[in-house]
Amino acid sequence: MVPINYYIILSAILFTLGALGVLVRRNALIIFMSVELMLNAANLAMVAFSSVLKSFSGQIFVFFVIAVAAAEVAVGLALIVEIFKSKRSIDVDQMNSMKG
Amino acid sequence: MQLSEAVNTGFAFLAPWLVFSPLIGLLINLLAGDWFMRHAWGEKAVGAVASLASGAAFVISVLLAYTVSASHGEVIRWKLAEWIHIGTLNLDWTFRVDSLSTTMMLVVSGVGTLIHIYAIGYMHEDVRFKNDVGRFRRFFLFLNLFIAMMMILVSGDSYLMLFVGWEGVGLCSFLLIGFWYELDTLGRPSWANSNAAKKAFITNRVGDFGFLIAAFLMFWHLGNSFQFDQVFEAAKTAPPGIIVAITLFMLIGVAGKSAQIPLYVWLPDAMAGPTPVSALIHAATMVTAGVYLVTRSAELYMLVPNAQYIVALTGAITALFAATIAVGQYDIKKVLAYSTISQLGFMVAAVGMGAFAAGMFHLITHAFFKALLFLSAGSVILGVERGHHHLAHGQHKEKHGKGKVKHAFRKGGVKKEERVQEDHGQEVFDPGDMRNMGGLRKTMPVTFWLYIIGTLALAGIVPFAGFWSKDEILLDASLHFPVIYILLSVAAFLTAFYMGRQIWMVFFGEARSAAAAHAEESPKVMTVPLMVLAVLSVLGGALNLPFEGFHNLGHWLEYTLHEVEGLPLDYQVAGISTVLALLALVAAWFIYGRNPLKTGQIDPLKRPLGFLFTGMENKWFVDEIYQALILTPYEKISQFLADVIDWRFWHDWFHEKVIAGTYNWVSEIALNRYADQKGIDAFANGLGSVTQWLSAAARKVQNGFVRSYALSVLFGVVLILGYLILK
Repeated sequence: MVPINYYIILSAILFTLGALGVLVRRNALIIFMSVELMLNAANLAMVAFSSVLKSFSGQIFVFFVIAVAAAEVAVGLALIVEIFKSKRSIDVDQMNSMKG
Repeated sequence: MQLSEAVNTGFAFLAPWLVFSPLIGLLINLLAGDWFMRHAWGEKAVGAVASLASGAAFVISVLLAYTVSASHGEVIRWKLAEWIHIGTLNLDWTFRVDSLSTTMMLVVSGVGTLIHIYAIGYMHEDVRFKNDVGRFRRFFLFLNLFIAMMMILVSGDSYLMLFVGWEGVGLCSFLLIGFWYELDTLGRPSWANSNAAKKAFITNRVGDFGFLIAAFLMFWHLGNSFQFDQVFEAAKTAPPGIIVAITLFMLIGVAGKSAQIPLYVWLPDAMAGPTPVSALIHAATMVTAGVYLVTRSAELYMLVPNAQYIVALTGAITALFAATIAVGQYDIKKVLAYSTISQLGFMVAAVGMGAFAAGMFHLITHAFFKALLFLSAGSVILGVERGHHHLAHGQHKEKHGKGKVKHAFRKGGVKKEERVQEDHGQEVFDPGDMRNMGGLRKTMPVTFWLYIIGTLALAGIVPFAGFWSKDEILLDASLHFPVIYILLSVAAFLTAFYMGRQIWMVFFGEARSAAAAHAEESPKVMTVPLMVLAVLSVLGGALNLPFEGFHNLGHWLEYTLHEVEGLPLDYQVAGISTVLALLALVAAWFIYGRNPLKTGQIDPLKRPLGFLFTGMENKWFVDEIYQALILTPYEKISQFLADVIDWRFWHDWFHEKVIAGTYNWVSEIALNRYADQKGIDAFANGLGSVTQWLSAAARKVQNGFVRSYALSVLFGVVLILGYLILK
């Protein structure tokens, strides 16, 4: 039986990678993928806890997250397509028209 | 109802109707008069309602007099309503029925009713000569109001109730003098009549001020009351100085209302009113209110002989002074007006001497014969005016050669512009000027004989009413006050002289104008009341014959006045006054009758008397002296006060410069510049700029890069988690 700590550490590494990806990458698609990475890091942690605590709540929660993530991707990709249509680019650094 | 004592009050319950019956007449004419006037019988209806209302007051007066005599002079007080109750002051509207007040009620309502009837005929023509038929009704409204006010005056049980009536009759006098307010006495557009009305009102205000001060002094020093009996009771123990002050201030009021020196000037101008008004208000009733007031206050005056003497002297001097002016007047009504002032002087002198019964006696007989004279004079004026109109329209007829000429005075609603053209293209004819008359005994015989009776009564010829009353005054004066006796005797001589002059000038000789030659007698509605008055003028002396067993009026008034001297006839005094009167009449015949005045001739007295006659003619320049001494300085002071004090000082300097300037300075400098701009504005602006600065700083956070937002979210999460973990 793999100890829970391993899962947690892996999950933390994945989350950190995802967060760093969101913060440092400019390509919107990569940022989306990084967001997915963070979501799945969280999913991994919840599944691991569910297995340790012998509770289905975590797994049910993960299903929800997967469903919401799918919806989010649908909306997000549509937004990206629209942005690309108008700007011919998906570089997030060029999307600063909301600057105060 | 509260009564003084348990006496048989008889008809006293009718007392309020003295006031209400004329008021009901007024109301009927006020509400229905317009409707009446739309019918042919309208004027008769309006006149009948007014006359009946006044006649009802006369009937009530008779019943009240009967009640007083049945109760042997008990004073009956009939409380109608509470008026003012403050602290110790209890003022009620109480009717006082005693022998003195009923005497006045009888005179006012009796003569008043006759004059109401006469006025139906007089105003019928007057409104047509002046082209405003609609004003007929208004005249009778005012006349009824006057009767009501006069009744309040004579029936009041306190000085304040008397004052209500006193002011009320003053108002009626004002309204009636200014009855033709937009004309002058000759019917030309002018403000002369309204000015005469204002003069009467304002002069009376001066007198009222004296009356009011007397009333206030009374209230403070004589038992905190205005009620007659309480005041008299308190006066017995009051210091004489106070009584002197009260009586002399009251004399100012008397001088105003009863036209004595120095306030008589309004009465001659009051002749601007229609003649029935001159007869009723300015000869028979209202002007005697002052005499009534002194008689009513007899118990005050008896306490201070010095004040009495001043009253008597005022009256005697007025009597002589006004009589001299009457000699030099040409207007038939002006002569009578000055004669009225003179006769009022007789009355005031009488009551001043303490001869209250004599004064009241003369008041009554004078009401009869002076009303008769004034109304006859009105008849004369209208007669001449009728002649004038007929003549003028006769000429029109010839000129146009057409049968039908529209009589301007039948049309009613003719405008003023047309009226000026209606002056027949000549200079305005004055139907009241005695120089335009002459020979009227042939054309107006009834009026002539009535006028003769009035004249003989006024001149004091035996056995007419004026003889008995005037003689009683002269007798009293001869016994106690020689100076006053002489003044009054000379006045009596002049009285007979100016009346003789008037008779010769108006009725004898040849007509001095075409109008007088064509004069016409007045209708019966005017002459019948005159006949009644003439009978009263003849027989009025019977009221108080100076023989043992008579003195009826004296005994009657004794109920109220307590001490009345019943003097027997003194043949010396009576003889002297009769001889003087006859001499005066003969002198008048000698000057005016023997050689009648010709048209345009100057008065035959003018040459021998020289400047004296000029003085008489011009009323001794009293109006001019008042103008110079009082009015001009008054106007100057008013001008000064208005222009310099009020406008330049108060408005321009004090208000504009001091108040508004200070205010502007304070608001500009202190409030605007410092408090507002530097304080409140600065605070508000500071808030704004701080907010701007803060938001400029905070705006930098919003750089538009999603990554930096995400980073701050990350930091935030790390911070919160770190805090939760390390806590």
